[in-house]
This record gives sequence, structure tokens and C-alpha cells, in this order.
Amino acid sequence: MEDKDKNSRRKFLDSSLKLGLMGVVGGAIATKLVDATAQEGEKVKVLTQDGHVVEVDSNTIRKVANKHAAGLKKEYNVREGFPGRKFVMVIDLAKCKNALKCTEACNAGHNIMGQNAWLKVYKMQNNKDTSPYWQPVQCQHCDQPACVTVCPVDATFKRRDGIVLIDNERCIGCRFCMAACPYSVRVFNWEQPNQPALPEGYEYTPDHAGLPSKMGTVDKCDFCPHEIAKGDLPFCVTACPQGVFYFGDIYEDTVTNGEETVKFSKLIKDKAGYRLLENLGTDPSVYYLPPVDRLVDFHDADYNFEQVQYISIPNTEN
Amino acid sequence: MSTYNKVLNDLAPKKFSKIGVVWVAVLSVVTLLGIIAYIDQIINGMKVTNLRDYALWGVYISNFVFFVATSFVGAITASILRLTRRKWRTPLVRIAEMVSVACIAMAGLTIILDMGRPDRLHYLFMYPRLQSPITWDVLIITIYLTFSILLLYIPNIPDFALLKKYYQHKPKWSKFYAFLAINWRGTEKQKKVHEKTIQVLAVTMIPLALILQTIDAWLFSTTFRIGWDSPNLGAYFIAGAFVAGTAALIATAFVVRKFYNMHEYITEKHFDKLGRLLVLACLVYLYFNISEYLIPAYKSTQGEIDHINEMFFGHFAWMFWFVVGGGLILPAILLLYRRMRKPFPLFIIAILVVVTSWWKRYVIVTPTMLSPLLPKQGVSEDWSSYFPSLHEWLITGATLAMALLIITILMRFVPVIPIQRTLDENGITNDENDDKN
Repeated sequence: MEDKDKNSRRKFLDSSLKLGLMGVVGGAIATKLVDATAQEGEKVKVLTQDGHVVEVDSNTIRKVANKHAAGLKKEYNVREGFPGRKFVMVIDLAKCKNALKCTEACNAGHNIMGQNAWLKVYKMQNNKDTSPYWQPVQCQHCDQPACVTVCPVDATFKRRDGIVLIDNERCIGCRFCMAACPYSVRVFNWEQPNQPALPEGYEYTPDHAGLPSKMGTVDKCDFCPHEIAKGDLPFCVTACPQGVFYFGDIYEDTVTNGEETVKFSKLIKDKAGYRLLENLGTDPSVYYLPPVDRLVDFHDADYNFEQVQYISIPNTEN
Repeated sequence: MSTYNKVLNDLAPKKFSKIGVVWVAVLSVVTLLGIIAYIDQIINGMKVTNLRDYALWGVYISNFVFFVATSFVGAITASILRLTRRKWRTPLVRIAEMVSVACIAMAGLTIILDMGRPDRLHYLFMYPRLQSPITWDVLIITIYLTFSILLLYIPNIPDFALLKKYYQHKPKWSKFYAFLAINWRGTEKQKKVHEKTIQVLAVTMIPLALILQTIDAWLFSTTFRIGWDSPNLGAYFIAGAFVAGTAALIATAFVVRKFYNMHEYITEKHFDKLGRLLVLACLVYLYFNISEYLIPAYKSTQGEIDHINEMFFGHFAWMFWFVVGGGLILPAILLLYRRMRKPFPLFIIAILVVVTSWWKRYVIVTPTMLSPLLPKQGVSEDWSSYFPSLHEWLITGATLAMALLIITILMRFVPVIPIQRTLDENGITNDENDDKN
């Protein structure tokens, strides 16, 4: 399973791009990358603070004192999030062809399966005269999250870095958050989840949802803080063969789909990005680019997420 | 035998008759079945229900709303009719309070049945968040339950004192009632404090009851869901509670009258008045129903019109028209005729209204759950539709049986009609009274 996992997650970064990613994953992680990968005389691409990609000789790169470093080195707190970060996602509907690799990778990475998938792709058609398109939907990580407001026990919470998480050791299973969520992205563990065993000594953290899922509690997309911490991109971003998903930091104003790194504000402006059900005032962190100038034709498909089983289930009949 | 003794004999709690024993046995069996089903739900998870990620709330929640609505009856009789000085309410007030206590207690229990992790119930008190309507609900249900119990108990204190004397030949019972009577002697001072306390409770009960129904409605209207997202929902739920509560009172009063032989105390006049009250309730509720459905239908925004079509002509049409036609329009018309307000026809109509009131809550909860704002795709049929499973029916049936059981058991020990007040209002005194007070 692990091998498949590695293969499916394409190596989205070659060494020259790793510096380009610096602006995205940033912080201490990026510093490590510089030391590890820069070779003498090599040209590397870096992103300037005003959003231009420039090529520089790796020899000329020096670490500079970061006056904000003290602020960034605050102790990590799961309810506060990564200090000084604010994550954002852009989904380019023009590229989506419903390959469902995102759902597959998400399921595999979070030990979830079937209809409980956190990332679902919907066939949308705004009216009968307009053309249909595929729309991936997962937790929108709203800045005004209706789910968090209604939670009676503070089980689901909003972090400073924009991520909405669920503490499934706190959740009482009232499902009010699911009723409140206008995007219907939350799922409930109606039965004992059938999941692979966790590594020895693994300690539960809301940071990695699905490890493990608990019966009688609510689950949803966690925006992969466990991958961000490793300097990787969320599972759906790396898995998508079309590069539909862009992930990044709104403070750094950059997003990447693993292949290209772009300025977030420019992307949203140029391509007229929008958010789902904007009129509700939930202020989501996920942006959509309209399905125009499409790379692939729309092919209708009928499928059931029940068939999207991508994790190997241990034999429980013993 | 003096009138005084006759009244006391008539109104003192009686042992269950044969029918009473069978009734209690049947209710106990239904309750037991529900408990077994619930234990299975705890062990195997809520997979045993037909609830899924779209229909994430179902019959447990609608049943909860029904109980909350029905518990409104205590406030109607004990407070509203009291403050409007309707003397005819006297023989009905205790029955109403008993129904009220049973329903609000069961409402509290029913909401727990819907929880995925009932073992974490105490988290509601350990980590409460005031923003959450559930926290408001926890608070108001506890307060309302407390006030309902007080409003059942405190006016009964003089009656308990009477019963203490009445059961002199049965020391155990006499002791029991003496304990409940907390040294009531009927002095002027006690009477004054007593009267004042009831007055305060009765007045407080009105805002509490309105808040209870409103918060119950806000559980729904604080979401973005089609069909719930209405600022009018609080008033709509209050009106609905008025209907459900009045009908429940009529049905219970009829049964009490028949099986406790209370024809002299609960007369046709009482049913006539209750029938008129039910017409008023139905008309008010009908008004809110029209505004809840007509305005969205008039505007026909995309989601709303799909939802309304589903309700008026689609999958839920039979339920919807049964509820609106059978539970509101038909009773409002029939009860305009004096003949229909005679006890038996009124009882049949009241039963119909109680049943439709229950289904009304189902029609409020389920269709909305099945109309999410984003499409339902890629899920199997059992996810995209909903009808309660056997487990859900058994558990729901048990909650209804338990409510009836609570009422029945209360009636075994507490006078169903206020004895002291009946005596006072009819100017009957104890001729053989040798009490120095």
C-alpha cells in the first residue's frame, strides 16, 4: 500500500522548483531545503516578495535575519495552528475531468472509504442551456464557519491559520455542525470505522483526521496540516493528474499545484475566481476558477463513491 | 355521606383497575423493546438507524420537537388560562401539568437518543459554548422541566395534606402524603404564601414556555437549510405547540374522565371550551403554515420551489396533506359545530390532531434534510432517501410509551383534579372538621 501511495503521489518538485516552493511552504522547512539542495553554480528559481519568479545563482543565496522569526517560532498548538500562516486553496474547474484521483488519494491518506469520502466531485450544471462541468467539493475551511458556531462543546474549531478541524475525542455526535454546513461536506461515522491499524505508539491529534476515525463522531477534510508540517502539499493536490488543485498561503500570496507556482491574487483576479455560495457570508478559504477554455471535453459519468475504495482493509473476521 | 367526603372519595388517587394494569403492562413492554433496540444502537452504532449523511437528523429529532411542543400545554392551562381568569380550567390544570412534565422530561431524554456519543453527555456541561443553540436548549429544557415540576407539585400541597388525613387508616400512605404536604396546615399565612408562589410560577412560566418553543425552532432556523431558514420559525413553532398541547390535553382529559369516572367534574362544558380553544389554535397555526409555504412558493427561488414541489406533489405529499388537511383544516371546520365538541367526537378529533402533530414535525425535519444546497450525487439510494428503520420505530415508540407511563404513574399518586380548589370553588367545607385551624 505504501508503495502505491508513493507512486501515486507524483514527485511534483524537482530540485530547482524546491526553492520556488519556498514562498509557499516557507518557514523553517524551506530553510532546510536550501541547505540540502542548492549546489554550487546552479541556477535556481526563487520567488521575490512582490511575486516575481527570478533566477539566481545558488552561490549567491544567503540566509538573512528574519525580524519576524521570533513570532514564527511560537510553540505549535493544534487549536492555534501554524503561526503566521493562512492557508488557501484554488480549484481550477477548467481542468477537472473527474478522474477522482483526489478522492482516492484523500481516502488513502486518511483511512476513509466509500460514501464517507471527504472530497466528492459533483456534476454541476447551472441551468439547462449551460454546459455541465465537474466540481470537486471538500471542506471550504470558512473564515465564518457555521459549523463551529453551532458546536455545543467546542469539538470543531477554527484555527488562526484558517484550518477548521474536529477533535473527535470531544465530539458528542449531535450532528448540528452537519446540519449547519451549507456545503454538506461533513460525514458521520455511523458505525465502527473499518480502518487499517495505526503505527505502534501513534498518538491521536485532530491534525490528522481519520487516524483514527471514531464511531459516533463527525469527520471531514482537514486541509492536511500533517502534510504541510512535512513540507508537502495536501494529498488531493499532489494526486491530481490535471493540476486542478492549487494550495498555498494567502499571506505569501502564492499558490502551487506542484507544477507551477503562481501569485494567488493575480490568479483569482485574472481568471475571475469565486467561492461557493458566497451569498451566505461563510467566507470560505477555497476558491474556484470558472470552467472556461477547458482542457478536456466534458464526459458524463455515473458513479457511486461506494466503489471508490482505495484503502486495503484488514481482515476483521477473526 | 357529606359532599365533602364524596368529593374526597371521588378525587383521591385510586389503585389501577384491571384495564389500568393491562395498560401499564403494555406500555412497559413497548418501553422494554425500545430499551433493547437502544442498547443495540449503542453497541453497533447508529448504522442501525436509517440516518445517513444527508438525512442526518430524522425521527428522533422530529419526535423530540413533538415532545417539546406538547409540553406547552402546561403553560397554556396553568398560566395563560389562569391569567385570563378562566375558572373552567380548574379540573384540567393538573392533567395538563402532568402531560407537560412527562413530555418535557421525555424531550430531554429523546435528544440524548439521537447523540452519537451519549457517553460524552457531560461534555455539554464541562465545555459549554454559549454560541450554540444546543446549549440554549439544554438550559431552557432543564429550567422548564424544573418549573413544570414545581407547578405540578406546589399547587398540590394542600391536596397532599387532605390525602394525609384521608389515608389515616393506611399509615404508609398517610406518611407518604404527609411528607409531600411539607407540614401544610392551611393557615391564612400559608395560604397567602402559597397563592403568591403559584402566581409567580404561573407568570414566569409564560416567557419560559415561549422561549422553549422559540429555541427549539432556532435549532433549525439558525442553519442555512431550505425550509428552516426562516425568521418566522419561532412564532410558527409556538403556534404549533398550542395545537399539539391542546389536543393532547383533550385526549388525556377524555381518558381520565372515562376511566376515573370523573363525569361530574370534567363535564361536557369543559370539552366544549377545549374544542373552541383547539379551533383557535388550529386557525393560528394555519396562518403560520400558509406564510411558511406560500411566500417561498410565490418567490419560487430554485431550492425553495424544489423543496415545496417535493412536499406538495412529490414523495412527501401524502404526509404533508394528511398533516395540513387532517390536522389543521378538518378540525378547524368540524369543531365549529357544537355537536363535534361533545366529548367523544372531540376525543377522536383530538387524537387525529395529536397524530398529525407528530407527523408535522417529521415533515418539518426530513424533507429539508433531503434537500441540501449542493447536489446529492454518487451515493446509494439508502443515503439519498430516508424512512425510519425498525430500531428507530422501536426506540421512538418506547419514548411515547414512557411519556404515557409517566402520566399514568403520576395519576396513581397525585390527584388528577385539584381537590382543595374544587372544594373551595364550590363552597364545600368539612362539617366534621375538628381541626383548630
